[in-house]
Order: sequence, then structure tokens, then C-alpha cells
Amino acid sequence: MTRQIDSVKDAETTPDVTQPFAELGLKADEYTQIREHLGRRPTSSELAMYSVMWSEHCSYKSSKVHLRQFGEKVPPEAEDILLVGMGENAGVVDVGGGLAVTFKIESHNHPSYVEPYQGAATGIGGIVRDILTMGARPVAVMDPLRFGPADAPDTHRVLPGIVAGIGGYGNCLGLPNIGGEVVFDETYLGNPLVNALCVGVVPHDRIQLSAATGAGNHVILFGAKTGGDGIGGVSVLASETFDDEGPSKRPSVQVGDPFAEKVLIEACQELFDQQLVVGIQDLGGAGISCATSEMASNGDSGMHVWLDRVPLRDSTLAPEEILMSESQERMCAVVAPDKLDAFMAVCRKWDVEAVVIGEVNDSGRLTIEWHGAQIVDVPPKTVAHDGPVYERPFARPQWQDALQADVPTSVPRPASGDELRSALLRLVASPNLASKAWVTDQYDRYVMGNTVLAQPEDSGIVRITDDGLGVAISTDGNGRYGKLDPYAGAQLALAEAYRNVATTGAKPLAVTNCLNFGSPEDTDVMWQFAETARGLADACLQLGVPVTGGNVSFYNQTGETAILPTPIIGVLGVIDDVARRTPMAWEADGEALWLVGDTADEFGGSEWAHLHGHLGGLPPAVDLDRERQIAEIAVAASRDGLLTAAHDVSVGGLGVTLAEMALRSGKGARIFLPDGIDPCVALFSESAGRIVFVVPRSEEVRFTDMCTARGVPAARIGVVDSGVDGLEVQDAFTAPLDELRTASEGTFPSLFG
Amino acid sequence: MSARIGVVTFPGSLDDQDAARAVRIAGAEAVSLWHGDADLKGVDAVVLPGGFSYGDYLRCGAIARFAPVMQNVIDAARGGLPVLGICNGFQVLCESHLLPGALIRNDVRKFVCRDQWLRVENANTAWTSDYAEGQEILIPLKNGEGGFVADDRTLDELEGEGRVVFRYLHDNPNGSYRDIAGITNERGNVVGLMPHPEHAVERLTGPSLDGVGFFSSVISQLVDA
Repeated sequence: MTRQIDSVKDAETTPDVTQPFAELGLKADEYTQIREHLGRRPTSSELAMYSVMWSEHCSYKSSKVHLRQFGEKVPPEAEDILLVGMGENAGVVDVGGGLAVTFKIESHNHPSYVEPYQGAATGIGGIVRDILTMGARPVAVMDPLRFGPADAPDTHRVLPGIVAGIGGYGNCLGLPNIGGEVVFDETYLGNPLVNALCVGVVPHDRIQLSAATGAGNHVILFGAKTGGDGIGGVSVLASETFDDEGPSKRPSVQVGDPFAEKVLIEACQELFDQQLVVGIQDLGGAGISCATSEMASNGDSGMHVWLDRVPLRDSTLAPEEILMSESQERMCAVVAPDKLDAFMAVCRKWDVEAVVIGEVNDSGRLTIEWHGAQIVDVPPKTVAHDGPVYERPFARPQWQDALQADVPTSVPRPASGDELRSALLRLVASPNLASKAWVTDQYDRYVMGNTVLAQPEDSGIVRITDDGLGVAISTDGNGRYGKLDPYAGAQLALAEAYRNVATTGAKPLAVTNCLNFGSPEDTDVMWQFAETARGLADACLQLGVPVTGGNVSFYNQTGETAILPTPIIGVLGVIDDVARRTPMAWEADGEALWLVGDTADEFGGSEWAHLHGHLGGLPPAVDLDRERQIAEIAVAASRDGLLTAAHDVSVGGLGVTLAEMALRSGKGARIFLPDGIDPCVALFSESAGRIVFVVPRSEEVRFTDMCTARGVPAARIGVVDSGVDGLEVQDAFTAPLDELRTASEGTFPSLFG
Repeated sequence: MSARIGVVTFPGSLDDQDAARAVRIAGAEAVSLWHGDADLKGVDAVVLPGGFSYGDYLRCGAIARFAPVMQNVIDAARGGLPVLGICNGFQVLCESHLLPGALIRNDVRKFVCRDQWLRVENANTAWTSDYAEGQEILIPLKNGEGGFVADDRTLDELEGEGRVVFRYLHDNPNGSYRDIAGITNERGNVVGLMPHPEHAVERLTGPSLDGVGFFSSVISQLVDA
């Protein structure tokens, strides 16, 4: 069979051919822009490349103008720690001792809805390759997840598959999964969120960049063969909303092979150690189109590619399909001629297929040929970086004022001891707060032997050197807070992740983010996005933690229903000696429980209101100075050995925090709530800026001095007492450990089997 | 001179570095062995680590048994070399017919990662002599295909000859017949189990130190010999 090839020559001689730009996801004015860049109509292969690279997912065309703030509002701390900032595949943060850490979070929402197992699996695969590309060894992953109501039929379709996919792929890569979140809300029913975070470690002198430089250097494609899977994944799948009509989008989902990725990881470690690559880039969204255009563009060079040399799983693939395929487990490297043999030897050792598909040159053009015919001849920057940029209109939604005015007065306030006790048990058993062991027990948290803390602890910590240097990671995001006030919601998400990292004893250093939103073509959604970006950038500046990179996922919308505005914020921290980490479980009788921070009557967007079907009012107040102070206390007290445990107070309030600590410990405690405050507020308000510290008697004076010095209120609210069964809240109720355990641990198994 | 214990790396091995760390913590020298290299480098014992050798897309361990290094491991094991198979390594030992039975998909149809109590049923093998018979130990378990199965005759034989080395306590995590978590060969030099003792060797990273005994057992025998 011979196939009609549309060459550059054909494009010049047949300028008036009608081209299917709309079917490829391009708007008419974008198509015109492409013609202007080229001075002629694009060939079908060029059109394919532009369509994927100019997609929302790859070009950030709707978000770019807002994301610029992360590069403008840069805290001074960034200068000391950022080795590679935004723009590369992942940011790189100096952690001392000649070592750096790279981390990033990305979405794989749309594919996971269409095909839960493979969508979630390849989400892990993609983020791991981003980290690998920086020259790092990936050392841990975590997955923040959002689903529709826990009892909805479609949640039972997607959740088990997504969890199995994350486990199936991540476990086979040998990367510990050390945290994450599982949150339910009805707005995610048609648009579950699957975000994946990976962290890697790289010696300074091994950091790689994705630039093609050095005329005469080889361009090598290595890893899995290219197949017909994932064609148009970034354009037709991730950059459009779902609707009931239309063809199945299943063929746009990639299929993962974790074993191929595992050997790719090991092969790359040897390539980096032996300094065999000039530049390297992973193939993810937009496949070969992205890798070749970005590398040539980043290197200010030119590149020629013989596309017919690409190893194929399906020999009938057309050049356009090869350019757009998102087949997984592939990497592209630029290699000097004198290193070629050594490069190939490493690939052979790991049974990784590697083929020279191109050459770097000085032409300033990206040219691609297919069996002798020139099918692409473009300036690489026009594909990779000069895509359209939109100033999408946005406006504060008309309903926002009414929503904020709808304070949760109708939500019942438990008052008697019995009412408070059953409220606590109801919260502990709610799907959002119940034990996530059903999920996390499907992930390997032990592999690599360096996991010091993992879920359900406040942050995951892995040791990265033999002498005990460790990194801590937490991800957080509360879409309900975001809906009530997206500016504050973003800041609260950052504050919680920052607080969680500090609670475990690590100093927060840097931020990554995955911003999950509805359609940017909706002015309400675009306002939520703009406010979120502004809130996050302002808060990062104030907390002194720079944004190192991230990802935007738009079009999480089915029909008119957009998801809650859901920024997922990942904070990376460092701890000099992992032996000093602060776990959440108290240890021994007599240890005192100190609540640090202020508690106000704040139920807007709370879990307690959510359980009563209410979402309105304002989210908890943000006080970033306070967050910084309590984080300093958490880190200093851990370093000075003043703590046996700590746990942050967030969703569900103090009552849930204490219940989680008791369950983790297996020992009871006597709790005395402060006078003059409604016990319902004391137990269930979600005021931010609070941590419960567990302090041995001998250290209480030093600890309270530390709080006094910073002007932070601290209240002694209880004592660990194994003579008490569970939580004994004085003058109110007792919640026995067995009842708490049944409530917490029964929910997921009874929902999901 | 300290004992030299080899740890085999297959493509897809995951817990090989962890096994080597456990060997070092127990006081021996860890020697890295490569699947494609038949040379055992004169080691005194071999650990086949956990992971997904060759992706385990066929039966787990079914391809690994044909690796060049395995022929020598099999011959040496038959000659008395102490060999420990952990998780995927246990699957490789069964596929190699050094141990009877097979490992199938967990009855719960899910990957299971948790801290698991085991009872040591046989403290006379090369890898368990530092334990007491009946001792209860806490060891991480993490696998998707850990259900030990064999026909009744084989199971009776294993029980009768005291070759069941570990049994799951409290709650059988994967449907293994007769709660069997690990077994040994007639001679007691080859032991395979699904749980991961190499992940219970440090307070910071494991639920207990109960895994150290595997490695100290073999080391003390090697030193005595």
C-alpha cells in the first residue's frame, strides 16, 4: 500500500488545499497564524505538530499571562536554592552537600476518566520521566486524587481502577508512594482528578538540560517502540470538555509498560554517570513533535530528523501519527559522535532499543524527512514557544456574593456530650477523613528502604544520603475553600502543605503546583483561575518559598458543571537528620498536648458543613505570618529534641486531629478543652495556622518559651494517658479507641470491598 | 574475613539495593551479581531479591529462572549454597524447582502492602537459625501475587518434614494455603518467603528489627563453617 505523502514541496504547489485544522483542535485564527509563520500552508505533518504543541495542555495559552506572576513575585530565598527554575521539565532545588532535589506535580485527569487503570498508570510514568530528564534518580511518588461522591456508581468505576493503575505502575518501578490525598465531592463526578508527583535526587554536576546543541551531534530516540496509542492525547483529550455526544476517546489514552520504564530509569542513571549525553528530553504529551521542537528551540540550533528510522510497533502508522503519538517509555537524547558507542553499550546492557533518528545542525530549522521526502521544515521556536497567548476574559461570578453571604448558620451545632461524640465519630468515618489504608495499602511504601514517614503522616519523608539528610513532601488543596474564595483557597492550600512539611520537622523550601480547573472559556472559571494564581504567587512570596514549576489542567468540566477550583500545592522541605523527624503518634503517658495557634468560629467550607450538604460563607482566615511562626516552632522544636509527636489541625478540626493521633498511637489521652469557647468550635472549626504538639514533661518549659518568644498562643489541652480508652474529653464525652477505629477503618472497605 | 553474600539483579529487580543494605547491616559484604553474568564471584550465599523481573508479564519469575546467572545458582543451591528468595525471588525459586509449589494472584485481587506478623515454624534452616521456633516476628509484606499454592500431598510433605518455615499470623493476606508464608528445601539451605525481611532492619525505615535475623543466621553459619 502506498500512502499519499504531503511534502513541503506539495504544500508550496497546492496552497489552497482544505486542511482539517478544526478536527485537530486548532481555531481558525491559529491556523492563519501557522500559515503566517511558514509563509505557506503547513504540510499535514506540520499541521499535526502545531496542533499538539499549540494545544492548551502543551502551550499554556490561556494560563501563561497569569503564571508569569510566579516568575515576577520571586522570594529572595529563591536565589540561594534554585539551581533550575521554571521552564525546564522540573525545577531543581539545592539541598546542600553537592546534592539537589527535583520535584514536580502533573495532572492526568482526562485519560484517567476515560480509562482509569492506564490513565493513572501513565500519569505516574510521565511525571517520573520528567524527573529522570533532569538527570535525577526518582526516589518517591505521591498521588493527590479527587472523585465524585463515594457512593456514586461512577466513582466505583473509576476509583478502583485508578488506584490499581497507580499501584500497578509505581510498584513495578520500585518507587515508594509516600503520601497523597483522596477527596470526594460531587463536582468531580464527571471529572475525577488524578495528579501525580515525583521527587528525584541529582548531584549538582549531573543536572541535565533539554537543549540540542553542537552541530553534528546525534539525536537518539531510545526506549519503547512508537505505537498508535495516545494520538492527540494533549489536544483532543486534555484540552476539551467531555460531552455525551461524540466518538469514544479511548484511543487517545496511552498504554503503559512499567518494566520498559524501569529499565529506562536504570539505563539513564548509567548514561548520566558516564556523562554520555549533551541534552535529554522525555517524550510525553505531543511525543516526537514536542521533543524535537523543544530541544532544537532550547538549543538555538537546528535539527534534521529521519522519521522513517523511528522503531514502530505498528508499521502502518503514517508520519503524522508518528509525530503525534504519545506512546510511553521513550526518551530523546543528543549525543556527541565520540560518545555514541558507549551510549549504545549502556542501552544494550539494559535491553533498551536506541536508534539515531537525527542530527543537530546550525540551520535554525527543524526539518523532518520521510523516505526521502521533506515533510517538515519549520523554525522550531514557532512550534515550541511562539504559540498563541490568550488574554481570556474573566469576571467575578455573579453568584459569588450570594455564596459568601450564605454562612452555615443552618448547619446544626452539637452541644451535649452525646452530640459532640457522635459528631466526632461521624467526621472520622466520613469518606474524606476516614482511613485511606484501603488505597495506600495497594502502594509499595517500603521499596528503596529509605522511607522514614509515609501516609497517613503529615508529610512523606525519604532519606537521601547515608548520613541522614532527608526530603519531606506534602500535597494539599481544598476545592471547597477555593470555591468560596479562590484567592484565599490557594493560600490555604499552600499554607497547609507548608505546615504539614514543617510539622514533621522539615524546613519548607520550594513549591510545585497543579492547578485543576473547568473551562477557561467560561469567565467564571477564568476568574477563579486568575485569583488562584494571584493568591498563590503572593503567598509564596510572603512565605519565602519559590514556585519551581507546575502544571495547569483546564477543561475539567462536563457540560455546564465545572469542578471546584482545585489548586493542588506540593511543598518540598529538607531535614538535616531524618532521625529527628516528628511523627504523628504520641508515645508515652504524661506527655502533654499543646495546641498552638488561634481557634475561631470558622465553619465555611468545613467538612462538618459538607456533611450537612452546605457550602457557603467564607473559608478560614489566612494568616501567613502566623503560618511562618508555627512552622519555625515545629522545625526548631524538632531539631532541639523537644517533641515526641505533632500533627497539624485542618479539615475536620481539632477533634479529628486528636482522633487520628490516638489511632496512630494506640494509646488514649485525656483532653481538656479551653474555657470560654463553644466545644463545637473548639473541636470542629477549621481555623488555619494550628498544630498539636506532643511534648514530654521535661521539655514543656523550653517549648512554651519558644512559643512565647514568637508571640504565638499555646494552650495545654491534654495529657497522654494509657489508662484512658481513646479520647476522654473532660466534661463532655469519651470516644473509645475501638469505636474510633471502626469508624475510621470501616468506611473504605465497606464502600469499595 | 567477613562473609560475602551475593545479591542478584535482574532487569526489573527492585529491592536489590535494599537486600544489599540489609546484608551490610548484618555485618557481611554484599556482592552485586548481574543476571546476564554466570559468574557467582565466589560468594558464600545468594539472595534473590524482590521486584518484577523482566516485568513479570508471564508467570512471575518464569523468565528469570532462565537467566545465565540462575543456572549456577541452581547448581550451587543443590550443592548446599545458602540461597534466600524474597518475594519475586521466592517466585523464581519455585519456577526453578528448587522449592515446590507456586505463587498465584492474591485472593483479594489487589496488591497488598502492610506490616505482617509471622510465626517462625522452623529455626533450623540456613536463614533462620538465629530465631527461636515459635517466635513471632513483624515483617513488611508487599506483593500482588503472593498466594502460595501446592497440591495436598506436597503440602502434607512440607508440613511433615518441617519445611514450612513461616506462617502468617492473625489474618492471611493473600489466600496462601495453610497460611504458609515461606518454605525451605529438604536440606534447609534454600529458603523462600513472600514478606520482605530486608525492610525490617532499621528502626527508622521499618516496623521492627525482626528481619536482621535472616542475614545474621546465615553469616554465623558461614563463620562457623
